[in-house]
Amino acid sequence: MRFLQDILVWFNDPLNWRGANGVPNRVFEHLVLTLSALAISCLIALPAGVLLGRSRRKGSVAINVANIGRAIPSFAVIALGVIWLGIGFRPALIAMVLLAVPPIFTLTFTAVREVDPATVDAARGMGMTERRLLRRVQLPIARPLMLSGIRLSTAAIIATATLAALVGWGGLGRYIIDGFSTRDFVEVSVGVILVAALVLLSEAIFALLLRFTVSPGITGRTRRRRSAPTVAADPVRNPSPRSATASSPGG
Amino acid sequence: MIVAQAGQPLIRWPWIGDHLDLILAALVQHLVMTFITVAIGFVLSMILAVIALRFRVSFTPINAVTGVMYAIPSLALFILLTPITGLTTLTALIALISYTLQILFRSIVAGIDGVPDAVVESARGMGFTPNRRLLRIELPLALPVIMSGLRIATVTTVGLVPIAGLLGADQGGLGQLIFDGLNRFFNTPLLVGAALTVALAVTLDLLLVALQRALTPWARRGQAATT
Repeated sequence: MRFLQDILVWFNDPLNWRGANGVPNRVFEHLVLTLSALAISCLIALPAGVLLGRSRRKGSVAINVANIGRAIPSFAVIALGVIWLGIGFRPALIAMVLLAVPPIFTLTFTAVREVDPATVDAARGMGMTERRLLRRVQLPIARPLMLSGIRLSTAAIIATATLAALVGWGGLGRYIIDGFSTRDFVEVSVGVILVAALVLLSEAIFALLLRFTVSPGITGRTRRRRSAPTVAADPVRNPSPRSATASSPGG
Repeated sequence: MIVAQAGQPLIRWPWIGDHLDLILAALVQHLVMTFITVAIGFVLSMILAVIALRFRVSFTPINAVTGVMYAIPSLALFILLTPITGLTTLTALIALISYTLQILFRSIVAGIDGVPDAVVESARGMGFTPNRRLLRIELPLALPVIMSGLRIATVTTVGLVPIAGLLGADQGGLGQLIFDGLNRFFNTPLLVGAALTVALAVTLDLLLVALQRALTPWARRGQAATT
């Protein structure tokens, strides 16, 4: 109980909300690292996943490479990055990108590949160009799974970006590392609480994104009217206005 | 570009020669800690999975608790345990094991859940008791999914052991070399520790894939038949 009280007191101290070590600055640093890593990963993994997902070959090799990518430990990558880039932001950025690319790539690849071939054929049959097919059919259907890949990667980056503090960069890991060096476990807990809050926030944002960018027909939020379209399309029982005018020219 | 360790060679080969025993000891420690973690994590997850499968209501709470443990940043989990268990190997192992539970628990449950009902019914009809059914029918058929969980758990653990080096020299495995290098701005141990960690993770991953293939020859045969 005492411990929880101390955490509340910490958050209530105006000194902890100001300056380089204040909550706003540390959260900002954490977000800068997270968002830049996420943007770079998306720029790499989304086009690669879509391209390879659409092509019929070379798939398994790419997936195997991505799976091995998942095995690469972030902390070791940060350490290796320090040798070439020095301490600070850049080695952490590289490690976060390596962490985030495999899930985004794998899920995008799977999402695009799993689009029902019958749907793709139907779209081609309707005369869609490859570009339109991609933009109007394949991407909208693949979007929920692609988004979940980005969501998973975001959560992983937010949690793992704390390691950046080990190589002299800021972010919320600062509270965890500095708290540990001074045996101030209240400060460590503050770091953990803020990281958890950011993860929850990102989950909420992705839930909203899913709601607003994915067609209701795909998520099943609206009930499909099964009979209505077929009745309307049946020219005999339910002639459409256009066919009616066509049958009585000059009417 | 500012390089923190400018002016020193990337690798001082004599250092590696002089410290071969240290490097080997760190590697062995890394392997031992990974093995202990995954072994204990697997046994615990198996117990939890059997409980969750027998008493369905317990799945949600078990999943939630292991999920929360998994969501805490690894760095913080090591540190938050130190007031209770100190700067010990025990602290490192508790944190590492708690990390594997979610992965292993979910893969075991998913694997056993994925066994076709018809197969389970046949086994029941042949007079298998629930325990024998679990051991002889459900576990072997769930093996591919369980093995993929084991792969992720092993590789994750290999990557997390170095962070335990923050707690001191007795538990970091190759992380000792990494922290030594970071603290002294000395490239050679840093490079050796980090490179060996990556190599170890990838090697163990590939070994487990090979093991999975050897243990489930029917999966490959099925794949060959469908393609």
